[in-house]
Amino acid sequence: MTARAADNGYLSGSNLERVLRAGHFAVTAELGPPQSADGDVIRRKAALLKGNCDAVNITDNQTAIVRMSSIGAGTILVQEGLEPVIQMTCRDRNRLAIQSDLLGAYALGMRNVLCLTGDHQSFGNHPTAKNVFDIDSIQLVQMVAAMRDEGIFQCGEPFKGQEPRFFVGAAAAPFADPVEFRPYRLAKKVKAGADFIQTQLIYDVEAFRKYMEKVRELGLHEQTYILAGVGPLKSPGMARYMKKNVPGILMPDEIIERMQAAGAAWAGKSKDELTPEEKKARSRAWREAGIRICIELIQQLREIEGVAGVHIMAIEWEEAVEPIVSGAGLLPRPVVETSAPQKAASPGGS
Amino acid sequence: MIVAEQKTLDEIKSLVGDARKVLVVGCGTCVTVCFAGGAREAAIVATSLRMASRLEGVERDVTDVTVQRQCEWEYLDGIGEKISEADVVLSLGCGIGVQAIAEHFPDVWVVPGLNTSFLGLPTEQGVWAERCAACGDCILGLTGGICPIARCSKSLLNGPCGGSEDGHCEIDPEIPCAWQLIYERLERMGRLDALFEIQPPKDWSTSRDGGPRKIVRADLRLSPEEE
Repeated sequence: MTARAADNGYLSGSNLERVLRAGHFAVTAELGPPQSADGDVIRRKAALLKGNCDAVNITDNQTAIVRMSSIGAGTILVQEGLEPVIQMTCRDRNRLAIQSDLLGAYALGMRNVLCLTGDHQSFGNHPTAKNVFDIDSIQLVQMVAAMRDEGIFQCGEPFKGQEPRFFVGAAAAPFADPVEFRPYRLAKKVKAGADFIQTQLIYDVEAFRKYMEKVRELGLHEQTYILAGVGPLKSPGMARYMKKNVPGILMPDEIIERMQAAGAAWAGKSKDELTPEEKKARSRAWREAGIRICIELIQQLREIEGVAGVHIMAIEWEEAVEPIVSGAGLLPRPVVETSAPQKAASPGGS
Repeated sequence: MIVAEQKTLDEIKSLVGDARKVLVVGCGTCVTVCFAGGAREAAIVATSLRMASRLEGVERDVTDVTVQRQCEWEYLDGIGEKISEADVVLSLGCGIGVQAIAEHFPDVWVVPGLNTSFLGLPTEQGVWAERCAACGDCILGLTGGICPIARCSKSLLNGPCGGSEDGHCEIDPEIPCAWQLIYERLERMGRLDALFEIQPPKDWSTSRDGGPRKIVRADLRLSPEEE
């Protein structure tokens, strides 16, 4: 399928698309909606992110825990003048619900969708729920791209009026098993119509460099924009947890050691021996180190050919995004006018 | 085969309630080979119920009988009298057996003694694993004889999600990642190309999603004169 641009030359015209097409190194961040109906939580988090990124991912019941809907939270972001990337999983909705929600999202001003499989419900707070998985993430990419490029529903029927024109994203887990298949799975997502990719958290730059070599060999970096996933660590414990428990994350010992070293002044004391002030100071020192490491990761990832931007996942720590983006020399964020793009629709140009 | 597991004695007792005359009906097919509801299990359940009744001081007549296949009415006809005399029939057949009794004996109260678990096979002594989801549109020819509908926790059709690690599924280290198995098998067979093709959304209408299913084979139907 060939991606079809609108009259203005853009596929979706989203800010993220404009920034990427203009050749800027893109920055996206992530916002986790609350486990409540409190819209002010979104407004508070939005204020922390505004001006520090080109678009904000809003998770879709991440880790299968019920939260405010991505599209609901996204609507508030639009009102606050930020651009959302709606995350859409295949766990909770069948093809009817996904398409209908996307029509609504487009009408409410959303222009980017990240198509995901979704965490299994057994991880979340409703483990006895029935899951859906009517389609998978690759079929979802294909469906959203065809809505835009062919103006059709998944069943093949044409829209009766305006088609939703989304900038279509997909995820990549470069280090999940079987690792040899991962570049090819990315190729499938690109073939399905993924305009941009956001990767799982990268801490092992060397391993990611090797993955990107294969990605370039397949020419994928010229067909899609790849945003490398990064995230600041809050403590050495968080690093160790990720290494041990989160599939698809490679955590070099060197990073764990650096996090430990940051808390060296309080080492040797058990949790009970520390005063609340000491705990706070230690936490501050850890978090500063986490931000420093994150900045360095961005600088290293930026040097890899084919990396078009970074996706910063500061989970429940949106305050970290500004110092990271600023520290990485990525502020101010570019403003790209809506006028026709100078570059071709594909990342490699033509 | 259909793989099932016995309900707890407590649940069985509450299903039987205060019935005086209880008939435990075993099945000689799938649930016999998975040691859940064959003649041996039917006898054990009947004995357990008798002992429980004695301990509780309840007068109860519990007998057991096993038929070759509970899911065919011809076999049930052979024990029709026993079934009709019971206050409650405790079926140790799969869910199909329970329903075959209910459908064939409209005036008899029948309750399940098993939980019907899945379609699968024994992988080692005492271990059974799911293999088929009866989706009605077999894709095993595309996936090297390993079913992602039944064996991938998310029934994915285009390869492994990001939760595959060290060969197992993210939801449980005891569950092998179906896509890792598919990948290894196709690689061994020199057929990895099959994985690079995008599989379109599945037509689930042949599955339970299309409503209760039924097969009518015109070639096997009896003509009106034969009926």
